[in-house]
Amino acid sequence: MKKSLVRIISGAVLLVVAVIINMIYQGWPSLVLYLISYTLVGGDIILKAIRNIIRGKVFDENFLMAIATIGAIIISEYTEGIAVMLLYQIGELFQGYAVDKSRRSIADLMDIRPDYANVKKQDELIKVDPDEVKIGDIIVIKAGERIPLDARVIEGRSLLDTSALTGESLPREVEVGDEILSGCININGLLTAEVIKEYEESTVSKILDLVENASSRKSKSEQFITRFARYYTPVVVILALMLGLIPPLFIKGEAFREWSYRALSFLVVSCPCALVISIPLTFFSGIGGASKKGILIKGSNYFEALANTEIIAFDKTGTLTKGVFDVQEIVPEGISKDELLELAAYAESFSNHPISESIKKAYGKEINQAEISNVEEIAGHGIEVEIRGKKVIAGNARLMKLKNIAYHDKELVGTVVHVALEGKYVGYILIADEIKKDTKEAIKEIRALDIKKTVMLTGDNEAVGKKVGKYLGLNQVFTELLPGDKLNKLEELLTEKSHKGRLAYVGDGINDAPVLARADVGIAMGGLGSDAAIEAADVIIMTDEPSKIPLAIRISKKIIGIANQNIIFAISVKILILILSALGITNLWVAIFGDVGVTILAILNSFRTMRFGK
Amino acid sequence: MKKKFILEGLGCANCAAKMEVAINKIKGVEKATVNFMTQRLIIEGVDELMAEIIEEAEKIVKKIEPDTKMKKA
Repeated sequence: MKKSLVRIISGAVLLVVAVIINMIYQGWPSLVLYLISYTLVGGDIILKAIRNIIRGKVFDENFLMAIATIGAIIISEYTEGIAVMLLYQIGELFQGYAVDKSRRSIADLMDIRPDYANVKKQDELIKVDPDEVKIGDIIVIKAGERIPLDARVIEGRSLLDTSALTGESLPREVEVGDEILSGCININGLLTAEVIKEYEESTVSKILDLVENASSRKSKSEQFITRFARYYTPVVVILALMLGLIPPLFIKGEAFREWSYRALSFLVVSCPCALVISIPLTFFSGIGGASKKGILIKGSNYFEALANTEIIAFDKTGTLTKGVFDVQEIVPEGISKDELLELAAYAESFSNHPISESIKKAYGKEINQAEISNVEEIAGHGIEVEIRGKKVIAGNARLMKLKNIAYHDKELVGTVVHVALEGKYVGYILIADEIKKDTKEAIKEIRALDIKKTVMLTGDNEAVGKKVGKYLGLNQVFTELLPGDKLNKLEELLTEKSHKGRLAYVGDGINDAPVLARADVGIAMGGLGSDAAIEAADVIIMTDEPSKIPLAIRISKKIIGIANQNIIFAISVKILILILSALGITNLWVAIFGDVGVTILAILNSFRTMRFGK
Repeated sequence: MKKKFILEGLGCANCAAKMEVAINKIKGVEKATVNFMTQRLIIEGVDELMAEIIEEAEKIVKKIEPDTKMKKA
């Protein structure tokens, strides 16, 4: 690259010298300089053109440029001929630089490949290739090292930098028993872990594979532009031939020289590369920019689908909500909050139902089971026990009705455990799956993005589903769905969208892989570590945040916008220049702008996709 | 069968598109994609014809862009 730059610059200097000499003295000295300059600037293009013709390749851009510039020189337009070649070369260099830069920025981004693993064998640490490590091997990850394979911690605690995978800058704490994902960096502690997946199956391999194969699913604009280029060049070259030959042959008084000049302009504009390069560059940079935000997109066609999303269907548990049951409210009547919680925890102490577990977790203290007697479980209702000799009833509203206890029956989202002490109501505890912090804001943003319909599909009961739906402002809620029903509902929703519109389904990927696969765009939330999600989904949100969904849609709209701008801009400039050249209004300088200038502008425009606002 | 290759030195987007069209026309190829940006060629084709497919694809790559090397990924 540096060598060609030197060649081009010296060629340019010679050109200037030749032009100056030509002003003083017209004749052989400047002519010689012109030829040397041209050879310096365009020699390699001519060689390539000859080589390609021998191989039977016509309409190759080297050939077109060679003909256009040699033609200009033959009709004595030396300066223009050389300048066209010069600018063409500068355009090529810039293109090469831009593509290189873009390729490298993605490579950096994807620099998460672990180089080695420290395997522990009889108290000895051996450095091996991650490929050679087997499931069940014990590995040691020192501070600052990258986790080579998915594993489970068996000793030590530490903070992990997950930003390479999730875009999340906050470190994650891990301790014994936690799963650690390959690709993350161990920040401070020493971790000993048991490998749970081979390298090929590990998160880091899956992600690398995914990004490397990303833009192989091509978008409509990419397909359009390559098809356009296939016909564009031959058509323009044939037009150039006709333009150069027909008028001077058939119209009296028309000079060959003038029409040849116009035809040469056609040849200069006929190169398709400007058009073709900016589109893949746009999408590729977009895939890179999105993954920086923790959004993995499996192909450029999904940008199109996301940008045209009309309906979004969500799974509830684990997607809009955290998927973890927690005590949300403790509302005592006549006793203190702590007393109420203690009664409930003691009453539920023998059960290991998720609801009981969450109450015990909230209580957090040791339960002295010796103080509990006469435990009686009333199936589907609750529990009746004696705690320190006092009769306690804990359960749902039906249980209160059954025992004829007046209870607080305001409508609540979630599961309510009512508690009565010695036949008297003492309050309730509300347990619910908490809605994620940014869910409400995310839905609001989605609605502002021209999405016609937001739907929730959940297996949860109607009361909870409707409440959550109303709170979040969703258009429609379908509840009590079995996994198979979700697919049927999705089919129904697919019939509601317009021809161009797309349907996106957002799930956590654990049990809704078929639905993710059936939707136009399947979006998996927190897909890290779930193989099914990575496989079935088209878009993977590496963090647990629903707010990444409107962001993904906004990014897609921006990318599609830029791609369209580039297509329209490049094609219309080229056509305009063709018309003006045919009429003899412009010259070769304008034509070369039509090629190189458009390329550079389109590439600069495509670079906008690398950065996205919050 | 799916085979992946790296196209080292692939420098022209239009050439990449031409290669893709030509490789897709080889007998036995079910689907071929050339990704200009990642310099990857993926060929899905009939198992028995794979050896010939790869040979043909190499010829096509060389013809369209002589400086490009086709390597096993």
